[in-house]
Amino acid sequence: MKPGMVLAAGMAQETQSLAFWVLSVASVAAALGMVLARRAVHCAVLLAVVMLSLAVMYAMLGAPFLAFVQVIVYTGAVLMLFLFVLMIVGVSSRDSLVETIRGQRVAAILVGIGMLVLLSLIIGNAVIGPAAPAGAGFSSSNLQDLARLIFTTYVFPFEVTSALLITAALGAMVLAHRERTTPKPTQRELARRRVLSSQPTPLPGPGTYARHNAVDMPALLPDGTPSTLSVSPVIARRIELSTGEFPAPPLETLTSGEVVPSDDEGRQPSEDSDHEGARW
Amino acid sequence: MVSPTHFVALSVILFVIGAVGVLARRNAIIIFMCVELMLNAVNLAFVAFARVHGNLNGQVIAFFVMVIAAAEVVVGLAILLSIFRTRRSASVDDANLLKY
Repeated sequence: MKPGMVLAAGMAQETQSLAFWVLSVASVAAALGMVLARRAVHCAVLLAVVMLSLAVMYAMLGAPFLAFVQVIVYTGAVLMLFLFVLMIVGVSSRDSLVETIRGQRVAAILVGIGMLVLLSLIIGNAVIGPAAPAGAGFSSSNLQDLARLIFTTYVFPFEVTSALLITAALGAMVLAHRERTTPKPTQRELARRRVLSSQPTPLPGPGTYARHNAVDMPALLPDGTPSTLSVSPVIARRIELSTGEFPAPPLETLTSGEVVPSDDEGRQPSEDSDHEGARW
Repeated sequence: MVSPTHFVALSVILFVIGAVGVLARRNAIIIFMCVELMLNAVNLAFVAFARVHGNLNGQVIAFFVMVIAAAEVVVGLAILLSIFRTRRSASVDDANLLKY
C-alpha cells in the first residue's frame, strides 16, 4: 500500500463509518459548546477540536493535501492568531449578558432553526449521488493533480489570491500600526526616572516559609505585616477575584494574628530587620 | 457505510451552528470564530462534492476558501485590535460612534 493510501480511501468501510460518527458527534458538540461557552479562550479551544475533526474528515474524503493544510493553516496559523489577539484583549474577556436588542438571542435561535429546516429540506430533496470511484487523484497523486489544476485551470484566481494576500498583509500592518507620539526614553532617562521614584531598588520577592514557597505568598515586613509589594499584581488580582481579599501568608507564621496588608510599605530600619527576620 | 450525503448533512449542521453564533454572540472575537466555523462547514461540503463528482475542482475551491479566510482573519483581527485600543472593549455593542 502506498503511503497516500493510508490517509485516503484505503480505510475499511467499518473503520470509516466509525470514524465519521465519532468525529461528527465530537465536532457538533464542540461547535455547540463554542456557541454556548462564555469565555473566548474556551471558544478557541473548542474551535480547534472542530477544525481537527474536519481535517480527519478531509482525509477520509480523499483530500490528504487539504487535511494537512487544514491542520497547518487553520489550526496552526489562524487559531494561533486568534489566541494572540485574545491575549492582547484579555484572556478573561467575557461576553456581556445584557441584551442591547431585546429578544436577540431568541430571534437568533429561531433564525437558526429556520435555516436548519430549509437547508435540510434542500439536502433531503437533492439527489447526491454515491461517491464516484476514487481515482489516483484522491489518494497517491492528490498533490500533483491539485497543483496541475491550480497552475493551469485556476491560474488566474491563484494570481489574484496572491494580490489579495499582499493587500491583507499591508492592511493589517497599517491598521495595527501605532505612531509613536512621544520620543523613546533613553537609558539615561530611564535610570534617572528610576532613581527619582520611590522604589529605586528591586521589589521584594515573595515569602518563603517552612511549608509554602509559592509566589502567591507575600513576604513579611519586619513588623510582621505582609508586604503588598512582594506579590505580583497579576497574581494578587486573581486571588482577590476568587477569595475577595489580598493573599495572606500562612496563619501559623503570624504571632499577632494581624493579616492586614500594610499600605504604607515603608522602608523599615534595617538594624532590626535581620533580627526580626530570624524569628520567621 | 458513509455516503457523501452524511458529510453534507454534517456541514449543514455546523454551518447553522456557526450562523446562530454570529447572530447571538456579542464578543467580536467569538463572532469571528463562528464565521470561521461557517467557512469550515462550507469547505467540508466542497470536499464532499468533489468526492461525489470524482474530480478535484471542489478541493481547489476549498483551498481558495482557506486562503481567503486567512486573509480575512488577518484584516479582521487588525480592525478588532484597533477598535480595542480606542474603546477598550471587544464587544460589538461598544463600537457605536457611527450610530445616529
